[in-house]
Amino acid sequence: MKQRAILLLAGLGAGLLCLPLISNDYVLSVAILFLFFAYTGQAWNILMGFAGQLSLGHSAYLGLGAYVAAATYFHFGIGPWASAWLSITLCAALAGAIGALAFRYGLSGVHFTLLTIAVAEFMRIGFDHFAWLGASGGLFLQVSRRDQIDLLNLRGTPIMFYYVILTLAGGALLLSAWLSHHRTGYYWLAIREDEDAAQALGIHLFRWKLLAMMVSAAMTSLGGVFLAFYYNNLFPEQVFHISRSIEMILGPIIGGIGTLFGPIVGAAVLVLLADGSTEILAAAGWDVPGLKQLIYGITLFVAITFLPQGVWPAIARKLKVSK
Amino acid sequence: MNRRQFIRSILCSAGSAFAPFHIVRAQSRKLRIGVLLPKSGLQGLIGQSCQKGADLAPAVIRDLLGVEVELLSADTETNVDTARTRAERLIQEGAHCLVGAFDSGAAASIAQVAEQRRVPFVINIAAAPQITEQGYRFVFRNFPVASELVTNGLALTQDLFRATGTAPRTAVFMHVNDTFGQANARAISAVLPQLNLSFKLLDTISYDPAANDLSVEVAKAKTPKADFLLLVSRLNDAIVLRREIVKQRWNIMGIISPGSPGMYENQFYQTLGKLSEHCISNVPWYDPKAPLSKTVEAAFKKLNPKDHLRFHALNVGYTFESILIAADAYKRARSTDARMLTEAIRQTEIKTRMMIGGPIKFNAKGQVEGNLSACIQNQGQKPVVVLPATAAEAKPVFPWHDYKKA
Amino acid sequence: MSIDLINLTNVIISGVLTGLVYGLMALGLSVIFGVARVVNFAHGEIMTIAMYAAVAAFAVLHLDPFVALLPIAASFFVFGYFLQATVIDRFISRPQHSQFILLLALAVIIANGLLIIFGADARHVQLDYLLDSIEVGSLLVDRGKLYAALVACGASASLFAFFYCTRTGTAIRACADNRAGAKVVGLNMKRLYSIAFGIGSSSAATAGCMMILLVDLTPGAGPSYTLLAFVIVIVGGLGSMSGALTGGVLIGVSEAVAGLFITPSAKSMASFALLIVALIFRPRGLVVRRA
Repeated sequence: MKQRAILLLAGLGAGLLCLPLISNDYVLSVAILFLFFAYTGQAWNILMGFAGQLSLGHSAYLGLGAYVAAATYFHFGIGPWASAWLSITLCAALAGAIGALAFRYGLSGVHFTLLTIAVAEFMRIGFDHFAWLGASGGLFLQVSRRDQIDLLNLRGTPIMFYYVILTLAGGALLLSAWLSHHRTGYYWLAIREDEDAAQALGIHLFRWKLLAMMVSAAMTSLGGVFLAFYYNNLFPEQVFHISRSIEMILGPIIGGIGTLFGPIVGAAVLVLLADGSTEILAAAGWDVPGLKQLIYGITLFVAITFLPQGVWPAIARKLKVSK
Repeated sequence: MNRRQFIRSILCSAGSAFAPFHIVRAQSRKLRIGVLLPKSGLQGLIGQSCQKGADLAPAVIRDLLGVEVELLSADTETNVDTARTRAERLIQEGAHCLVGAFDSGAAASIAQVAEQRRVPFVINIAAAPQITEQGYRFVFRNFPVASELVTNGLALTQDLFRATGTAPRTAVFMHVNDTFGQANARAISAVLPQLNLSFKLLDTISYDPAANDLSVEVAKAKTPKADFLLLVSRLNDAIVLRREIVKQRWNIMGIISPGSPGMYENQFYQTLGKLSEHCISNVPWYDPKAPLSKTVEAAFKKLNPKDHLRFHALNVGYTFESILIAADAYKRARSTDARMLTEAIRQTEIKTRMMIGGPIKFNAKGQVEGNLSACIQNQGQKPVVVLPATAAEAKPVFPWHDYKKA
Repeated sequence: MSIDLINLTNVIISGVLTGLVYGLMALGLSVIFGVARVVNFAHGEIMTIAMYAAVAAFAVLHLDPFVALLPIAASFFVFGYFLQATVIDRFISRPQHSQFILLLALAVIIANGLLIIFGADARHVQLDYLLDSIEVGSLLVDRGKLYAALVACGASASLFAFFYCTRTGTAIRACADNRAGAKVVGLNMKRLYSIAFGIGSSSAATAGCMMILLVDLTPGAGPSYTLLAFVIVIVGGLGSMSGALTGGVLIGVSEAVAGLFITPSAKSMASFALLIVALIFRPRGLVVRRA
């Protein structure tokens, strides 16, 4: 059984590695989007799937990470490899602060979720007024030569960005796998299943939940750094918006929370659904605004009603790779 | 469309989507232009308005230049990610040139794709100055940047006061706090000291574009007791503000916009009726007396019998002109090859245009300098050109009908 | 920065009046969340549908929203009841993130359905008295807001009466206070949840009919109302009805005053700051302290 899983994984990995060679730029841009959602989904999954806390404010870390990296490059000319560390530190600190506040005062469930939303919204409005970072007018990074690959400054072709995000997504997967087999992962699972029982067993809830928050935030911030350098422009309205937070969590929820491949499968389903429905609607000639999002909503509804555990566990059973 | 046709078009679509190479079609005698506009999402209405300009273009251009233009349309959904993938998709489908995207964020994304893929991109409407400051070689914009927009708009206020024999001393400046509003606000504070205007700003108030209730903002604006309101807004907030001004009995000489949408749009008249009267917007507009404007108006009427061009003036005008630029370049380049097309666009000099201003000519950064604004006043529940006198359809009215002299 | 007292008073009054309407909407959410423990992320959308219904009633039947209020509130009670009984009920026992996605999906379906049916144009109910202000000395009170607030108070009062003076109302309160106990006593939980959802939808609908007098309506109006409702409910105290109204007024006033003293475009920060503070210092009725 395990062999099958490894074979499939190897096949997927090989396919993704070779994708740029056999596809065109359009497919590449969609693939980058897919990997981005797979990556941020994995990051969020650590907090939700493993530690059981529903955060709807992850756009705060995405945005903060993006702005920190972009600002240091814009104002001081420091490249992303260095500023990424600053992004990670600040985001982990923010998450730590939120977590400390929340867990100290016993917030859970919808109260915790609302706290995360409040923080993200607070930052969105705050950055909208932060003139040094462009405020709502946006922060634009200078885009220089686009045919040369400057990995140090993350300036280059889409193919370069593809491999960067592929590495990030792969790294996230490996990290999640390692954590799930490590003591940390087991503690998190125990906390997710039953906090009281876990506490009774001597697991220090506060410390482990805080760790989950910080790891998740740190990972998400790197996604923000990638975002900043890939798009070269940042607007608080777009990067801190609650729809970004929701976008990030749809993948893992559809794919299967708490599983290793859930976020990846979920991201694939959503990207295929989004672009696929656009194509189908265009082919049918139905140019009705809102129709695509309506189909999106209906699919979500059907998915969550009939596949509550997520798409991946169902597929895994079919492929006979589940434990 | 029957099932067979549907399946065939899906397969074609999938085929072109996944083809590992750029579809090389035989040198076509048609220029394929990819039109990227926000047709759904927050800016859906404006995108649909711009689309009308695109739809009428091929027929007009065929008569005018004798050139065949084929449009490939895509919806950016007012989303930066979607704008990027749609742009890639259109290029994949064989677009020789891109046109769009109304929203500055989307335009910035598409600009990068265009630069990367070496496909020319002509921006119809987007005021963020940074887009043409990035050193792109394939991006062109035929629309004034925020500073130009604002300078023209403010200068027109002086002409307005002169023409109506009024001399307001003070104003309150309110602006929407989004990309567009901030770019304008910044431009105004940069430009104001140099312009030597006859009035001064007593206060600047920025408000949330999503706010439903602007009573606090208007209460704040009322306080300094200024003569008139200088407003940079979008459509819905302009409507809310106008009503709030009545509710709070704010006695001003009028509302003047130095360059923003909202007060000249169809919805503004439909929703406010008489209250929309005499609001002034100093915005780029088409010259109603120009022959090309009349041609476009006729074509517009044919495709939209129940509508009027004047309600879509800016959107249709600039979208049409961006396609005109591409077609004109194609005629001169006599090829759809990207490099030749781009060079031809760079050499553009179109004197017969519909928008008010000098000839369409790109500077080194790919920006057209010389797009001018007109003073547009709401009269009879429609937008009417009142200044400059050469293009005017009626005389300006200032202060507005509601003003009570203190 | 000279903020005169008149201006401040006007703004505070305006904040109180709008806050009462928000409070009514939040009351609905408090009932739904307090009783059925459903994280109703489609609450704002339900209110939006009601607003469109009011607009349609006005446009087609020329019914003033105050009149259309009664049939709309009644039909939304039925709508909410059946929505809970048929769709949402199987999610009661599911984890919160599942509930959230279900209601999010519903919200997306509703919002885009409205977009397709009604188009993206902003809608408004055009009544002349809405542009009027009542003069109280040197103060100006927005007439529309005053009427809307009065109706909101009336609706809340009748809800209070229901919850404290009827058997079903008391049963629902029991359900909210002590779920296990309610089951033990033999109350029909499913029926109570459905009634709660019906009442919640009905108050959202009533608030919607009042809101349409004050704002312009677009299909995308839902999410910000949902968020606002949650903020008010948390600040005011979960499960407390007077809390929802107080929270509404508090949020309404704080945003208005914040708008006056700091830049208005940042006034929403006031409600989020208030939320964060409330979450930390916990008004009565919140979660038991853990960890």
